[in-house]
Amino acid sequence: MANERRKLLEVSGLTMDFGGLRAIDSVGLDIHAGEIVALIGPNGAGKTTFFNCVTGIYTPTAGDIVIAPPDGSSRRINGLKPNAITSLGMARTFQNIRLFPAMTVLENVMIGRHCRTRSSILDVIVGGARTRREERETVATSYRLLEKVGLADLAGEYARNLSYGAQRRLEIARALATEPFLLLLDEPAAGMNPQETLELEALIARIRTDNELAILLIEHDMKLVMNISDRITVMEYGKKIAEGTPREIKENPKVIEAYLGEEAHA
Amino acid sequence: MTHFKKSLGIGLWFMFLTFPLMVVRVNTIDNVIEWRWSNVVWVGACAAAIAWLWQFSIERRAARHAAALADPHPQAKRHTLAQRLSDDPALTRRALIVAGLLAVVFPWVTSTTQNFYHINVMVSALIFVVLGLGLNITVGLAGLLDLGYIAFFAVGAYTYALLGQHLALGFWICLPLGGLVSMLFGLVLGFPILRLRGDYLAIVTLGFGSITKIILENWDTAFGGAAGIAGIARPEFFGMTLEGRMQSVYTYYIVLALVAATIFIVTRLKNSRIGRAWMALREDEIACEAMGVDMARTKLSAYALGAFWAGLVGVVFAAHNTFINPDSFTFMDSAMVLAMVVLGGMGSILGVIIAALTLKLLPEYLRAFAEYRMLVFGAVMVLMMIFRPQGLINDMRRKYELDTADDADGGDDNGK
Amino acid sequence: MDYQYLLELFCGGVVKGSLYALIALGYTMVYGIIQLINFAHGEIYMIGAFVAFIVAGILTFSGYSGLSVLLLAAIVSVLYVAAYGFTLEKIAYRPLRHAPRLSPLISAIGASIFLTNYVQLVQTPDFLPFPELIPEFEFMADISSLLSSADLVILVVTALTMIALTVLIKFTRIGKAMRATQQDMIMARLVGINVDRVISWTFIIGSILAAIAGVLIGSRSGQINAAIGFMAGIKAFTAAVLGGIGNIPGAVLGGLLLGIAETFGAGYISSAYEDVFAFALLVIVLTLRPAGLLGKATKQKV
Ligand SMILES: Nc1ncnc2c1ncn2[C@@H]1O[C@H](COP(=O)(O)OP(=O)(O)OP(=O)(O)O)[C@@H](O)[C@H]1O
Ligand SMILES: [Mg+2]
Repeated sequence: MANERRKLLEVSGLTMDFGGLRAIDSVGLDIHAGEIVALIGPNGAGKTTFFNCVTGIYTPTAGDIVIAPPDGSSRRINGLKPNAITSLGMARTFQNIRLFPAMTVLENVMIGRHCRTRSSILDVIVGGARTRREERETVATSYRLLEKVGLADLAGEYARNLSYGAQRRLEIARALATEPFLLLLDEPAAGMNPQETLELEALIARIRTDNELAILLIEHDMKLVMNISDRITVMEYGKKIAEGTPREIKENPKVIEAYLGEEAHA
Repeated sequence: MTHFKKSLGIGLWFMFLTFPLMVVRVNTIDNVIEWRWSNVVWVGACAAAIAWLWQFSIERRAARHAAALADPHPQAKRHTLAQRLSDDPALTRRALIVAGLLAVVFPWVTSTTQNFYHINVMVSALIFVVLGLGLNITVGLAGLLDLGYIAFFAVGAYTYALLGQHLALGFWICLPLGGLVSMLFGLVLGFPILRLRGDYLAIVTLGFGSITKIILENWDTAFGGAAGIAGIARPEFFGMTLEGRMQSVYTYYIVLALVAATIFIVTRLKNSRIGRAWMALREDEIACEAMGVDMARTKLSAYALGAFWAGLVGVVFAAHNTFINPDSFTFMDSAMVLAMVVLGGMGSILGVIIAALTLKLLPEYLRAFAEYRMLVFGAVMVLMMIFRPQGLINDMRRKYELDTADDADGGDDNGK
Repeated sequence: MDYQYLLELFCGGVVKGSLYALIALGYTMVYGIIQLINFAHGEIYMIGAFVAFIVAGILTFSGYSGLSVLLLAAIVSVLYVAAYGFTLEKIAYRPLRHAPRLSPLISAIGASIFLTNYVQLVQTPDFLPFPELIPEFEFMADISSLLSSADLVILVVTALTMIALTVLIKFTRIGKAMRATQQDMIMARLVGINVDRVISWTFIIGSILAAIAGVLIGSRSGQINAAIGFMAGIKAFTAAVLGGIGNIPGAVLGGLLLGIAETFGAGYISSAYEDVFAFALLVIVLTLRPAGLLGKATKQKV
């Protein structure tokens, strides 16, 4: 079903070197509108690095990253700054949670609205009607997002005081506030208990339908990955070793080898 | 008991450590050695006492951390004054009115036509309040450690002095000009360096501050060299020049108005799209950028805005003193403004005001303290970082309220 | 082109630069391990000069003179300054090991201000004449316009100190532990290295190098003051950054380059702006090549 849809992200030949270490070796990946794609692989496979390249935190050594936002345009985004890429419509969460700890939960989400609002320093000082309206809209939108991830009650709490699972959900809300067409989640279930993971699964599904966006997901929880993804890409040692539907991946001998190998070493 | 023994040990250690510097003094004029044995006793006793307090405080700090980890939502929060103020707009308004009234009547009740010393002291203190609030934007809100802030103050002061001298421009024209020139400096300098990591940025700004002073000192033809510039005009009052007490009162009201305007504007900025971006940048640059905030622009705006305030108040400083020279713009002055922000609490407006007034007024009225002023500042900076990094007054975050019903004074007033 | 003058400037630059290098090593070693700009390091150096001055004063007034006084003063100074460095770390930095990055830096600035004013209050804010302890060697008479006896002593001592430091870091237990901690503190802890002790030793060794520089500069310039630490500190930091902070050969290279650049700037352009050259160099290096000449650029892990 996925292939008839529009391509939103097209990565080809992506390579990233750190000094002598090739963390990603010529990896390609496509994402279509409305899809949930999972990126899996053993620790150190290069998944997070892939995210960092796509979102502009690192500039890739080689390869092309082309995005095609729903408005019909299309452009290569290699070397663009992270904030420019976010403005174009891709938002992410972090594996090692990176919230703004000394700001409130609500303010964390409001930061996500920054690139969708316009008030300048002068506007703020003058405090005109338009600025005030924009501020009210920011608050209202952020509240709605907090309700969606189930954190509205904690809106006034400092982000550093949230539990682990709640912090992960706050990161999702913050990313959604930037109005992305593609959401990148880096191990959203890490550190969650099974109950929380189930709720997260429902949340991700809900986000996809409500916000009409595609999701690229890095996750180690295989149950979650298998339940929710339309397609799965597997990486090992920086290379893509398999790609396909959850069913195909489950039966792929290379993937089994990669994971068993990891288990055996661990 | 172990505490006691440890304290004694530390006392002895410091007696040893400070021995050559505190006890021996080589008098190179009479070629004799002065032995100041009594100091040993003092050092030992004080060090032991402080060590005892220190251990106690460190343990309390550890206990606090543990408690915070165990229960992040304590039921009965202690309500500090700052928090009550930020939670209760009516109380805030009343407190503001009282403070405002006190500030307005201050020059009349503390001075006579002959003696208006207190007004002049207060003017100097208020100048530093504005400086503190300006640096609070850069350091407290945006987290950019600027160790050369006083250079922008110098730019403002020299702008007024030079424009007055060569073009005979008046105070009121130069006031915004001083701010703008200083901001321009901030933009030009900030552009290449704001990409640097926090600690490197600190050192580079320190370098800029020192370069500015060296240039002012050595370029006699342009800036009057080490002697500085004298005979700067005081602020004119509708074309008139005031005399004596009236002049001081007038300058006082000018700075007071500047303080009020600064508080108003910084409060607005703080609780806005711009201020939130600054704070997010302070908390986590990478996450901030990934959330769509233009880091370069946001940093530059905080840096330049801080510079603007320093320039503005630099003009007032030059007009108030009628004389400036490079000695008013040393690293120690930058450090003092920084100490105000650190002591007051990064980002907290009320805290910075209280800290600035304390740090300026205390040495003025406690002459005995003046000598130890910088020693105390240094110690305060270390101790604050260890025991109370949030400053005297914790920066309370505003509670945003979700009200879709429109009202006249909307978003900006219903919090702090 | 006046080669004699050029050569004089060059020699002056090398001497100055080797002193910067000695101080820069302390910055670089500390930064390499705990990523802190030890802002008070310049004051440690200043205290080294003061302690040496005091010991030398006691000895000269008791009738001793010459190199033996210098040696004794240097030894006492090194011991005291090591104690100061150790204490400084314990008080101002250790409680902030896990604090946000700017907190220890602000604490360091506070410590720097505190120490300067401490010496100003208990000693004097004025300049003090440092006794001439290095005799004029006769064999240096011919080239004394290029290199004075004091300069020669400085170069020799610096070279010896650096050799000793290299041996210490390469071959001793503590040196190996330091290198391990620099690479990965968590891993070092896991394999049983006492990281706290390593950090203390780093401060002690860095302070000793600074003390040596303090004694040498006192005997060369003939005067000291409680404020000399500030400038020297910043310049040495510049040298460390120039070479690539955290990199020990880099600090030496950076120190020498800075010393030479400064004397040439002062000699050919203007001596009033001598300090400006150092700062300008710092700004240029940091903006164009923040990793320094010998440092490797690394990307922060996200
Ligand atoms: N900034 C960096 N500098 C040097 N090496 C890096 C950097 N970032 C990542 N690496 C290396 O690249 C490789 C891939 O790391 P990455 O974080 O992408 O793995 P991952 O697949 O996300 O693993 P995990 O499942 O543990 O999160 C690792 O060997 C890592 O050490
Ligand atoms: Mg990862």
